[in-house]
Amino acid sequence: MSVQSHDVQPQGVQTYSPREFHRQAHDALGNPQIRANFRKAMDGLMTKRRDSFGDWDLETLRELGANIRLRALAKLPDLLEQLEANCEANGIRVHWAEDGDQACRIIREICESHDASSVVKGKSMVTEEMHLNAHLEEAGIEALESDLGEYLVQLNEQTPSHIIMPAIHLNTDEISEILHDKTGTERTRDVDYMTAAARSQLRERFMAADVGISGVNFAVAETGTLCLVENEGNGRMTTTVPPVHIAVTGIEKVVEQLRDVPPLYALLTRSATGQHVTTYFNMISSPRKDGEHDGPKEVHLVLVDSGRSSIYQDDELLDTLRCIRCGACMNHCPVYTRVGGHTYGTTYPGPIGSILSPHLMGLDETKDLPTASSLCGACGEVCPVKIPIPDLLVRLRRESVGEGRGNVPGAGVKRTRKEAAAWKGFQWLATHPAVWRAGTAVAGKLKALMPAKLGSWTDYRTAPRPAGTTLHALVKRHQANKTHGEER
Amino acid sequence: MTPVKLYPPKPEKVYFFGTCLVDLLYPEAGLDAIRLLEREGIEVLFPEDQTCCGQPAYTSGYQQEARAVAAAQLDLFPEPWPIVVPSGSCGGMMRTHYPQLFAGSDLEERANEVAGRIHELTEFLVHVCHLKLEDRGAPEKVAMHTSCSARREMGLAETGPALLAQLGKVELVEQARGAECCGFGGTFAVRHPEVSAAMVEDKTAAIEEAGAQRFVTSDCGCLMNIGGRFAHQKTPVEGEHIASYLWRRTS
Repeated sequence: MSVQSHDVQPQGVQTYSPREFHRQAHDALGNPQIRANFRKAMDGLMTKRRDSFGDWDLETLRELGANIRLRALAKLPDLLEQLEANCEANGIRVHWAEDGDQACRIIREICESHDASSVVKGKSMVTEEMHLNAHLEEAGIEALESDLGEYLVQLNEQTPSHIIMPAIHLNTDEISEILHDKTGTERTRDVDYMTAAARSQLRERFMAADVGISGVNFAVAETGTLCLVENEGNGRMTTTVPPVHIAVTGIEKVVEQLRDVPPLYALLTRSATGQHVTTYFNMISSPRKDGEHDGPKEVHLVLVDSGRSSIYQDDELLDTLRCIRCGACMNHCPVYTRVGGHTYGTTYPGPIGSILSPHLMGLDETKDLPTASSLCGACGEVCPVKIPIPDLLVRLRRESVGEGRGNVPGAGVKRTRKEAAAWKGFQWLATHPAVWRAGTAVAGKLKALMPAKLGSWTDYRTAPRPAGTTLHALVKRHQANKTHGEER
Repeated sequence: MTPVKLYPPKPEKVYFFGTCLVDLLYPEAGLDAIRLLEREGIEVLFPEDQTCCGQPAYTSGYQQEARAVAAAQLDLFPEPWPIVVPSGSCGGMMRTHYPQLFAGSDLEERANEVAGRIHELTEFLVHVCHLKLEDRGAPEKVAMHTSCSARREMGLAETGPALLAQLGKVELVEQARGAECCGFGGTFAVRHPEVSAAMVEDKTAAIEEAGAQRFVTSDCGCLMNIGGRFAHQKTPVEGEHIASYLWRRTS
């Protein structure tokens, strides 16, 4: 089992840790700007998603999406081999990486073999997961993010706060300030001006880059095709302008057939941003062929495991790997909406992050994440591939307290003798009904002795008070009254 | 279990599972639910040995403890009568999670059988009793908070509002983000108190802004949370379990 090392952090970049969830949540909750930015953005995204599915039979489409992903996962080892063979046949060189460090090394070596000093990147969460930029910088290779949101986050020396919209924690004024500070543009609220400025800054860099690095949305096994979904054209530039293109993806992104792509694409864009289609949909099937005028001369595919194959060994947890990274679970999460993405301290925030990160980083690092949910079910309700996220959160809570299968790194880390004894006590009471009744009756009688303060509950709410009599007692009286015909 | 829920004809008798929160904190709500059922000519059986559905242990990850508590409840309903629960949360636990808890064990069949008979109160009143209500109360603006478990786990977003809609003098007001969680989430409110507080603050603000004089809910966890917040901020918006509200206005 390979748990990724998170030692390599970009210099100067503002970092967050899942160990600090409570403190980071406290800070975010107390920051009106963060609160307002997320609330407004998430409200908008929820509305757009709902409208975009309009009169579609959403449940049928989600069922189809789930089945496509499950079918791919059922055949995952075979499909990966098929993908490799078909990519190689198309002239795409395939590399396997057991963990993020190995993936970084492979990518660095490809860059070095071309004497690359500058890399331009399309949006890729898996490269965030492995801290590729920091790794390349250490080797003297400059990596520039070309997705507008990623670019802003990079300029601002931050990490993405959302998997689809990396700079969603920033508002227009903050973005204007960052561009002004770092690139010398005018301070403005004119979004078109700012976009055009960023575009022209990036355009030069595309032309000068030695290598382009992108992610992959769907890797099609039957044809060896890499699909890339994007809106800004930066993905197309990244994968076509530099002489070398390196695509990086987790091993779970493979699908069986080309015809699996349209339903997943329809679900992805609507769930993510409420779009019917994105502005760009790239299908990369080979490097530049003889006689062609453009396209990279070399295309590489790096397939990254990084804990995924151990998730795959468990028939419940493997549902985590269905994810198509739309971000709808975070957009609809009442916790994410209030604390924002950075609070989670992980590459993948929100509900999907809380069920994925424990496998990537271990439960010892991430023990507060599976509990950072009221289990309201909104995430599971909107997931386009029907991942049972609430059930998986509960499964990881079980692992945290050592009552699961013990196959998640850090299992048992949250188990304390005190809490375990408390639940044993609860079990004993709730399975001894006569004692339970006596106890609840006494609690009612003693309500005057109940403390008015109940920890953090009463910082925000009044304390619940036992009613003085129990339902058990009321029902007894009620039945006796009925028998005597004295019902009030 | 079939995903399509089939409702039985109105039975002669039902079992009533009161839930531990109702037992301890809101017993009148439980009794009012029993009265509503009895008024429909149904005999209500209250197994005395009922305690808790086991959900707090279950959602905290204490699986063995949850299973032991759940197993004790499985013995309480020997006859084939429907089991009515005045909570979407406990109802969802018994209907959805009991089969998962006992899958592959000796109790699997019994757990599935019991789960198939679980009905949340408003669901039972609407779909089995086809309840007709005559409002005797004064005009009032009311907000309904449907719990997340009732709404999503049990698919019952409509039954509470459908009952309130029968009350002629009650105006059901629409709150912003009505489907959003109030922030209770059982032990979530204890483990993440500040996040939970931010959620309930927004919930009480939305109910107040909707102009509600009162809110009703079918889950006592939400009632304790939202009601506790209103009381803490000294806002004169009262909360009530829907069973009590319906009984009070129609008796």
